[in-house]
Amino acid sequence: MNALYSLLAVLALVLAGFAIGQSEPGRMVFMMAVPYAAFTALLVGFCWRVARWAFTPVPFHIPVTCGQQKSLPWIRSAKIDNPSTGWGVVSRMASEILLFRSLFRNNRARLSGERLILGESAGLWLCSLAFHWALLLILLRHLRLFLEPVPAFVNTLERLDGFFQIGVPPLYLSDVILGCALVWLLVRRFRDPALRYLSLFTDYFALFLLLAIAVTGILMRYFTRVDILGVKQFALSLAALRPAAPQALGTLFLCHLLLVCALASYLPFSKLMHMGGVFLSPTRNLANNSRSRRHINPWNAPVKTHTYAEWEEEFRDKMQAAGIPLEIENGVRDGRNARTN
Amino acid sequence: MGSEMAETLVQIELKPPHGDWRDPHVEFRKGSICYSAAPKNLNALGLPNPRVWQPLDEDWKLPPDWKHIILDGMKERLDKYRSFRLFMDICVRCGACADKCHFYLGSSDPKNMPVARAEMMRSIYRRYFTLTGRIFGKLAGGRELTEDVIKEWFSYFYQCTECRRCSVFCPYGIDTAEITMMGRELLNLIGCNINWVLEPAANCFRVGNHLGIQPHGFKDSIDFAAEEAAEITGLDFEVPINRKGAEVLFVMPSADYFGTPHYYTLLGYLMLFREIGLDYTVSAYASEGGNFGLFSSHEMMKRLNAKIYEEAKRLGVKWILGGECGHMWRVLHQYMDTMNGPADFLDVPVSPITGTIFANARSTKMLHICEFTADLIHHGKLKLDPRRNDRWIATYHDSCNPARAMGLLEEPRSILKSVCNNFYEMPENTIREQTFCCGSGAGLGTDENLEMRLRGGFPRANAVKYVKEKHGVNLLTCICAIDKATLPTLLEYWVPGVEVAGVHELVGNALVMTGEKERVADLRGEPFPAEACAATTASEADHA
Repeated sequence: MNALYSLLAVLALVLAGFAIGQSEPGRMVFMMAVPYAAFTALLVGFCWRVARWAFTPVPFHIPVTCGQQKSLPWIRSAKIDNPSTGWGVVSRMASEILLFRSLFRNNRARLSGERLILGESAGLWLCSLAFHWALLLILLRHLRLFLEPVPAFVNTLERLDGFFQIGVPPLYLSDVILGCALVWLLVRRFRDPALRYLSLFTDYFALFLLLAIAVTGILMRYFTRVDILGVKQFALSLAALRPAAPQALGTLFLCHLLLVCALASYLPFSKLMHMGGVFLSPTRNLANNSRSRRHINPWNAPVKTHTYAEWEEEFRDKMQAAGIPLEIENGVRDGRNARTN
Repeated sequence: MGSEMAETLVQIELKPPHGDWRDPHVEFRKGSICYSAAPKNLNALGLPNPRVWQPLDEDWKLPPDWKHIILDGMKERLDKYRSFRLFMDICVRCGACADKCHFYLGSSDPKNMPVARAEMMRSIYRRYFTLTGRIFGKLAGGRELTEDVIKEWFSYFYQCTECRRCSVFCPYGIDTAEITMMGRELLNLIGCNINWVLEPAANCFRVGNHLGIQPHGFKDSIDFAAEEAAEITGLDFEVPINRKGAEVLFVMPSADYFGTPHYYTLLGYLMLFREIGLDYTVSAYASEGGNFGLFSSHEMMKRLNAKIYEEAKRLGVKWILGGECGHMWRVLHQYMDTMNGPADFLDVPVSPITGTIFANARSTKMLHICEFTADLIHHGKLKLDPRRNDRWIATYHDSCNPARAMGLLEEPRSILKSVCNNFYEMPENTIREQTFCCGSGAGLGTDENLEMRLRGGFPRANAVKYVKEKHGVNLLTCICAIDKATLPTLLEYWVPGVEVAGVHELVGNALVMTGEKERVADLRGEPFPAEACAATTASEADHA
């Protein structure tokens, strides 16, 4: 049901795009106002969420260690998976964020007779990594629409992306990878019973939305051949804060734009915030040095303890009978005579 | 309880999940629940809503404003813990954690998938604390907070051993232990706690250790062990208690002096300390290294832990040495200094024998005995005869907390390789940071919960079975008191013929003490293999 609802929600967005495309004033208002609104929502929302996390204290030092600690000099420590220094943490975070280190460990448990077998399972790691890198590449490529002159690195990326020179215009590898990875992630959500059991509306919605954005983009580039100069003019006008909606960009472009705006404004309210959150995860971004450097808890809760004096008071007779040294010998309850040695 | 269970009761199968996780209804079954905490224990600790009740009851006698208490408690914790807020927000339900949980693998209950366990809390978070959840409710993944949800929380937050294996695989490091801890704290606010956690905590708070052994009883136990060590070695043993001015305060989990096979580990410690002439003392006040506060709330953890530094200060020791225990070391390594430090009245631990300065403990001033012993062996300060352990073919179970909260992986292994000749690792995916929990940690190791423990321990036992069949392994070594208490039952059920021992038990066996009488039996009283009796040899490491 969640999958169906989210598919319907995305289709509704697409239809809205088409509908807006039909009415000229609507189209104008939409193209000039909605991108700004969405971008503002993204910026403000994203910062708000990240700031909220960042200003929430980390009371305890709780890294999850995934390798040998640094202890004795002759024992080789895992400098990245169990970092003890700031640079180690940077490496660990980089391996998490750029290479999805933890996901790479993934394995799959199955039962064969009475034996539990933990088999290799690289699919999730590979496809999510492929998806995220392809998405980044595509975003960077889009910079050529917003910047004039186009920065050299964008041109380089584009050349690399279209390296195989398949078709005209050349097929971007990132488009193919993104599409395939998204489909795989979606199919996985449908086919894996555990995931189907868990998945929420938002899980499918994000995938459908991204897929719809990819499809509209691909259609525009390879099939309907959108007027790329018109798009660029529009994008530049947006970037220059002097929005001017051109006439002939077609409904598909509108759909694409609407979907992107939907994604941008939805992002801060959704699980897609993992993009910012991953940097702040206290099980990953702290060095395992809690015994060599004291971690401070800003709200270190005052508690009632059971002091030695209270304890000795209760058990003094028994302790004395057993010959355990006391602070205050029996019968000498006066603190002045307390034995200190 | 064990006798009530049919031989075939625990069948492991991996079934695809069915139903809707959002339905909070839980069927409580004997064998897979822990009983409620007795009112006297809540009273002893000053915890709210003490009353007589059981999870199997229809009416849990919650306080009238329980819902407000829970929601206010959540809000407070969302503002106090970045981990909590972040882990509520960023899960993408990729499912990588799903089949990493030993309880899920052993029970096939989809709500035991770590992500599902967290969603039980997240759904409430979304409904009451997020904009989308407040507006869209169910569609945004929100759930109403009902009494059934409380019962569900109780069931599943006490079906998590806070072992953190799922967190190793999570791309964002989401730590279910953290969520379970929050869940248990919240349940504590309305008096839904279990006796196996609160009774040890109450005993520990007042008397000093989990079983409530009073100081004179503590002395009896220690003296008894000292006598036994004396009998085994023919040397005289004296274990100082509450002695001021010692160099080192030694703190062990209390199970070491009242449980078996822990007890043999205690003998091992005592022999080691005697041999190297360590100037130490144990304390009857801080007679518990374990900390069941970790399994109830951060306040309780701090209250129980405070004794260690207080006692170290009173006795005027230079540094603290800690015994073999799992969750104890989670607290000592990650919480103690923050909660009850700074320990500026202590010195940086220095081995009096090798002179090694343990800079890794320079702030907390507390050392793990495996770090200490590994250093001794590395410097050739111990005379060891590993042949005395030849009757054992050993493997090593990484206890969850030393593995995933410290990274204490090689120290115990290096000791083991010096004290026994036959050592084989379990499969890679089941050891070190990927180690499987015993299934009884975090306060769940009680007999009324036996079925769930056996299920949760299945993946661990399965790996043991693998090395038993492949290499003939007959001994599972570990450095955790809960492991030592619960793995024997687990292995008896799944892998009969494999015993459980602490690392320092094997050290005690192999240690050739100066002036010892001719030893013919190991610490368990079993005769040494013939060739080990013939002569004693030096350790593999070069003598300095």
